Amino acid sequence: MTIHLSIILWLPLAFGLVALVAPGRLARWISLLGALLVLAYTITLLADYDHAAGGLQYVTDVLWIRSLGIHYALAVSGLNLVLLATTSVVFTASAIWSLVAQPDGLRPGLYALLMGLAQSAVLGAFMAQDLALFVIFFDLMLVPFYFLIVIWGGPDRTSAVLRLFLYTLVGSLLMLVGAITTGVLAAHDGEPSFLLADLAKTPLGSSAQGWIFLGFALAFLIKMPAFPFHGWMPGGYSNMPIAVLAVFTAILSKVAAYGFLQIALPLFPDAAVRYQELIMIVAVASILYGSAMAFTVTSARLILGYSSIAQLGFIVLGIFAFDNRGADGALLQATNHAIVAGALIFVVAMLAARSGGSEEITDMGGIAKGAPAFAAVFLVLSFALLAMPGTANFIAEFMILLGTFESKLVYALIASIGVALAAFYALRLYVTSMHHRVGAKVKSFELTGREALVIVPLLLIVIALAIFPQFSLSPAEDGTSQALRATQQAQSAQTLAAARADRGTR
Amino acid sequence: MSAALATAVPAAPSIDWAGLSPLLALIIGSIVVLIVGLAGPRAIRTQLVPALSVVAFAVTIGAVIALWGQRAVLIEGALQLDQLTLILTLLICAAGIVAALLSWREQAASEIAHGEFFALLLLASAGMFVLVASRNLVTTFVGLELLSLPLYILCAARVREQRSLEAGLKYLIIGSVGSATVLYGFALLYGATGATSYPQIAAKITAGGLATDPLFLTAVALCTVGFAFKASLAPFHQWTPDVYQGSPTPIAAFMSVATKAAAFGVIIRLFDVALSPAIDAWKPIWIAIAILSIIVGNVGAIGQSSLKRMLAYSSIAQAGYLLIGFVVATRLGIEAICFYLIVYAIANLAAFTVIVIRERESSSGDDLASLHGVAGSSPVTAVVMTLAMLSLAGIPATAGFIGKFRLIEAAAQGDMAWLAVVLVLGSVISLAYYLPVVAALWRSEAQPGIDPHRGAPVLAGGAPEGEPVKAGWEVKLVGVLLAAAIIFFGIVPQPIFNLVADAARGLGLS
Repeated sequence: MTIHLSIILWLPLAFGLVALVAPGRLARWISLLGALLVLAYTITLLADYDHAAGGLQYVTDVLWIRSLGIHYALAVSGLNLVLLATTSVVFTASAIWSLVAQPDGLRPGLYALLMGLAQSAVLGAFMAQDLALFVIFFDLMLVPFYFLIVIWGGPDRTSAVLRLFLYTLVGSLLMLVGAITTGVLAAHDGEPSFLLADLAKTPLGSSAQGWIFLGFALAFLIKMPAFPFHGWMPGGYSNMPIAVLAVFTAILSKVAAYGFLQIALPLFPDAAVRYQELIMIVAVASILYGSAMAFTVTSARLILGYSSIAQLGFIVLGIFAFDNRGADGALLQATNHAIVAGALIFVVAMLAARSGGSEEITDMGGIAKGAPAFAAVFLVLSFALLAMPGTANFIAEFMILLGTFESKLVYALIASIGVALAAFYALRLYVTSMHHRVGAKVKSFELTGREALVIVPLLLIVIALAIFPQFSLSPAEDGTSQALRATQQAQSAQTLAAARADRGTR
Repeated sequence: MSAALATAVPAAPSIDWAGLSPLLALIIGSIVVLIVGLAGPRAIRTQLVPALSVVAFAVTIGAVIALWGQRAVLIEGALQLDQLTLILTLLICAAGIVAALLSWREQAASEIAHGEFFALLLLASAGMFVLVASRNLVTTFVGLELLSLPLYILCAARVREQRSLEAGLKYLIIGSVGSATVLYGFALLYGATGATSYPQIAAKITAGGLATDPLFLTAVALCTVGFAFKASLAPFHQWTPDVYQGSPTPIAAFMSVATKAAAFGVIIRLFDVALSPAIDAWKPIWIAIAILSIIVGNVGAIGQSSLKRMLAYSSIAQAGYLLIGFVVATRLGIEAICFYLIVYAIANLAAFTVIVIRERESSSGDDLASLHGVAGSSPVTAVVMTLAMLSLAGIPATAGFIGKFRLIEAAAQGDMAWLAVVLVLGSVISLAYYLPVVAALWRSEAQPGIDPHRGAPVLAGGAPEGEPVKAGWEVKLVGVLLAAAIIFFGIVPQPIFNLVADAARGLGLS
């Protein structure tokens, strides 16, 4: 069968629009139907993708804005194949959750439209094969979250969302300037083109690459968030509705990680090599800071928020090892973390439902007593979060560290501390909420059917990935080797030049 | 005998009436409107006069379309008909139509009589045409005054309201200082070059090596300051917030768009063309003005509770962005300016349309409070304002994003990517005042203590006490069309690119 990526891309938005005009009580069902259809379509895509051939497949390329040279170019490669499926899974889980957990919410049609727009924009960012198109989707995916937080968010939403926007747009807009400059500098006789394939053919000069790369890196690191750029995270996480936060933490951070592999490394290899250590320092700092904070804060949401900082630190470390195993591990970890973190966000809501509405772990405790099945689910997810051997997270972190050991031993050693710290914060979250003395307001009850509808499929995916990590790893190998090629060449060229210079001085 | 007479009386300049048709349409329109406005029946004054003004603007647009693509020098070198003139005239007339429709049921129009109000609007537009088409110093100044004098009166059109009178007086005084400065600059420029026509000035600067001549540089400095006053660029912007806030809202809308287009038309012609040989002398000053405008405008707009004041500051910042296309002095830069002017006009007019709606339907005037919870009571209005704010902020999928994209491209191509960085940092700051407007619209609970429909005291420009009035179908229609344009051109911008494609043709830029 022929697969049209445009259908996958715009289906969520189309269903969102239908949900907007449909009667209110149908809106969430329509939204869920759209998410399920996209999920089915991406599963077909997974089955249909020719793993042996690799490379870009199902290419769509139409000149969109002639005067600017922007192409509407989409494709699937080993890099984004699994991430597309992950996106569909998490959005489906979110749609189920908003159907079963908030059936009488405010303005369901508008909510469905915004979630549809968010999903379309994320899918667009993953599939875009044109630099400007990527930047447009990358910026666009933030817009629905503004409204989702302003309308449905927590008590401090107005200031939190403003901070989120200011932080992320500083990065995004610098990235926009960088992208446009790239296009202008690479233009052939006045005919600009932002196609990634065209841009890769005409590499920029080393000095121009420098600041442009830093603009892109900043945008990605803020979106993740990484350590010194995470100022928006506590407020943002605390004020997002659960179903929105699940998507945000699971998927949006992965777009940033993917951006490094898809955009920054292939287009700016010299600069990537030059700033390798800088980014690695940021990654290691994120691992340590995120782990330490996750161990100290008491809000269950923020524990997950800070743990995301640490986990994303691992992903960045794996990418910037410029080693195939590291990058493969990073890509696998992106999928793992998306599923596990998304599932745990829902667990936080379930914990809150059992502890009188509070998300503070100090108010919890003893929840496991009346809920063995829930405890089991939570335990498995916690093990996945702390990368227990036997989970796919363990494989991914192992590969990341292996890749880093080869190239940058010191960073790998420091990052290894983070693996141990993860066990502390993950178990702290589990033990204080599920065991310990029973909290004052805790009224424990077993996993309900509605909750199971959301969490069990995610749990099954976690288990499936643990048994069969090849599912993500084998397409990743093709994708990452393409993504890293330019950087590895630049690295060996620079090493060679340095060696020559060294010999010259002797 | 006849031969002697012929030498005594110079031949009358040949006049290309067809080329002048946009100007004639506006002036004749204003005369007709003025006369019709004297008619006795109230229905004629309140309904026919605005309709006739819309027709006059539409006829002008028709004339522009008929002249599309033509190049000519009109009235012995007084006016230049080219794509830049035509594009900007189109924009000015479109803004004029919107302003006329918004003024239809406006209190201000009946306070100074409909005939005068709409005639002055048309006359100001005629001045703008002269300004953007002017090809020598004298016509430039004539155009400048023809534009300014009607606007001084229009700003003060709500004669029973102190704030409006204050706005008119402030604009008159500051505007006159600006005009005087420009005039002084022109006099010195003539003194330095001995020419009044723009091409001759450019030739004289190159031939005489005037680029470092003190007299010439003084002239350039005075012209810069004068036009910065007129275009409300920092640090000569202080009058803008007060004037916007006090003026009738449709007039503020018209000024924010049309005056800006006219001012940019003339500075492009004067600096990028006539003074282009001395670009090194004026470029750093204009870069400084651009950066200052971006900073002052964006920072000043934060925390303003009056929407009109906020948009006044935002317009200063937007003018700063536009200057980037101007200082690179390339064809792409001019095209980017024209493109951005159009998308800025769409978004800004949409925002002012919503202010008009809320001024008439709520009792909070143009205060931010008038927008609280609008998404619940009238979702269409909320969507229009939301799209206007997102477009002004330059969010993707709106026309404003493509406009910023083009300006950044022009900056990068002109080796001034760092100026584009200033632009985007300004845009980030601008979110701090655009987004709270959006949040006010969509947050569910209304602000405590303010009844959105009636009860609170009438604030600036607010609806008179009594029955809450409906905004009028034409205002809503304008809002919806502008909002649709924001999205449409955000996704399919090629028509605007085609429209402005030849904006810089014949200006002699690279």
